[in-house]
Amino acid sequence: MQIYLPIAEVSVNAYLLLGMGGLVGVLSGMFGVGGGFLLTPLLFFIGIPPPVAVATGANQIVASSISGVLAHLRRRTVDLPMGLVLLAGGLVGAAVGVQVFTMLDRTGQVDLLVTLCYVVFLGAVGALMFIESLSALRRSRKGSPPKRRKHGWVHSLPVKMKFRTSGLYISVFPPLAVGFIVGLLAAIMGVGGGFIMVPAMIYLLGMPTKVVIGTSLFQIIFVTGFVTVMHATASQTVDVLLALILIIGGVVGAQVGTALAVRMKAEQLRILLALLVLGVCAKLALDLLIEPAELFSLQTRGVRP
Amino acid sequence: MRRLRTLVLALLPLLGLSGAPAPAEEVVLGLSQDEIPITATFTGSEILVFGAVKRFDPLPAGPPLRVIVTVSGPDAPVIVRRKERRFGIWVNVSSVRIGEAPSFYAVASTGTLAQAISETEDLRHEISIPKVMRTVGAATDNPDAPEFAEALVRIRAEEELYQILENSVAFDDQTLFWTGVFLPPRLTEGTYAVRIFLTREREVVDEYMTLIDVRKVGLERWLHRLAIEQPLYYGLMALALAAVAGWGASAAARAWRG
Repeated sequence: MQIYLPIAEVSVNAYLLLGMGGLVGVLSGMFGVGGGFLLTPLLFFIGIPPPVAVATGANQIVASSISGVLAHLRRRTVDLPMGLVLLAGGLVGAAVGVQVFTMLDRTGQVDLLVTLCYVVFLGAVGALMFIESLSALRRSRKGSPPKRRKHGWVHSLPVKMKFRTSGLYISVFPPLAVGFIVGLLAAIMGVGGGFIMVPAMIYLLGMPTKVVIGTSLFQIIFVTGFVTVMHATASQTVDVLLALILIIGGVVGAQVGTALAVRMKAEQLRILLALLVLGVCAKLALDLLIEPAELFSLQTRGVRP
Repeated sequence: MRRLRTLVLALLPLLGLSGAPAPAEEVVLGLSQDEIPITATFTGSEILVFGAVKRFDPLPAGPPLRVIVTVSGPDAPVIVRRKERRFGIWVNVSSVRIGEAPSFYAVASTGTLAQAISETEDLRHEISIPKVMRTVGAATDNPDAPEFAEALVRIRAEEELYQILENSVAFDDQTLFWTGVFLPPRLTEGTYAVRIFLTREREVVDEYMTLIDVRKVGLERWLHRLAIEQPLYYGLMALALAAVAGWGASAAARAWRG
């Protein structure tokens, strides 16, 4: 069934969108990732204009993060003070990101910026995940214990604050900076940024793993919510109908994914996810490197008469 | 007195006394629809343009009459960008702004367009795509501007937004004609003009124009207008929708699990 999206102004197959939302939902259910970093490029591939894909992706993440954070709140695995500090940095980052995005949209460079960000981050994250899960597989065969994390320069900065739930007494600057970068990425890439924030929280801030997911989800809800409203007012690129279809697919997929995750081996699944991420990255990189068949492109959206 | 005046005015064209002499052959037109609603399930629309030639005299001898049908969408500014290789990757480097290009244009004719109309008549009535594009207002400070305008035509032709439909108008007994024009899903809203030209010996004999309204309707229209006119409320609504959906999903999942 073809459906006409009022803001994207393209006609796409509704079942394809449901399927994409579902696939990303399955992944987020299995791995606890938001999946925005896969959904937004998939939307590019089916012909949604990148600015619309990014803004709508942010809106979809609000829904999936809310349904995730509620479970964590019940289990008391959300560090609220830490979440608020991350959020403060995130809002500033998002505001800067939306400004940069709107400016580049006018000069026709936004597609390039978004694609470049995706190639760099998907490449890095995919490669890290691949290496990490390979060595985890090897470790689980050999049976040697995982390494202990080290505390470094991060813990010697001023303006310290107590975070009870995480059991930390650290400076507010590292979490503010992490929040800022994640907010920037949310605005430019239409992602929640969990794939950057989670490793940063564990390795950089030294937070215990059990509060990491809930706290990052808490921050992501408000940052992506802010990004949605900012994109809606700055460039009118949020497509509610598109978001709604993706949300429905994602909600169902997430339940399937959670059920699947219980029955499967995590390390092998991580390798699959890493390969998927690297595949999307390669496709985007090739689009930049190979001479396009059509060198010209048209822009009608947002062109003032 | 008044009645007499009305009668005379009504008869004037027939008597050939009005400013321009009435053509010997006139177009009478029908359209399959004069309104095209863009709904959520819009996948494009075929409009059927049909009509007849009305004559008072018997069919004149000589070369046959030909019909040209054009359908044009509202004009809108476009920015055409060109990619070049920079630092190993392809990026948009130069651009030309085109002030007023039709968002949709189809030209259908009996026979080829060249058989149906002369260069000068084409120029006067702006019928073929190159003649339409002549006046689109491309910035002239860029010497490559024509190349950008060509690219615009090429890209839109690929998207079925610009169509050249030669030999596609059926014309029976030099009297009844009909043709179908496909409007693709990616349509711009606005008023579309349908023009019919009757030509003989490549000269325009009669011309007729009518309008079709292409509008988003229902939910599509409401969302689009809200997004443009009240972006803040639209953004907040999008947010509320996501929040409700997220909360609902979580509640449903809990209920489902027991």
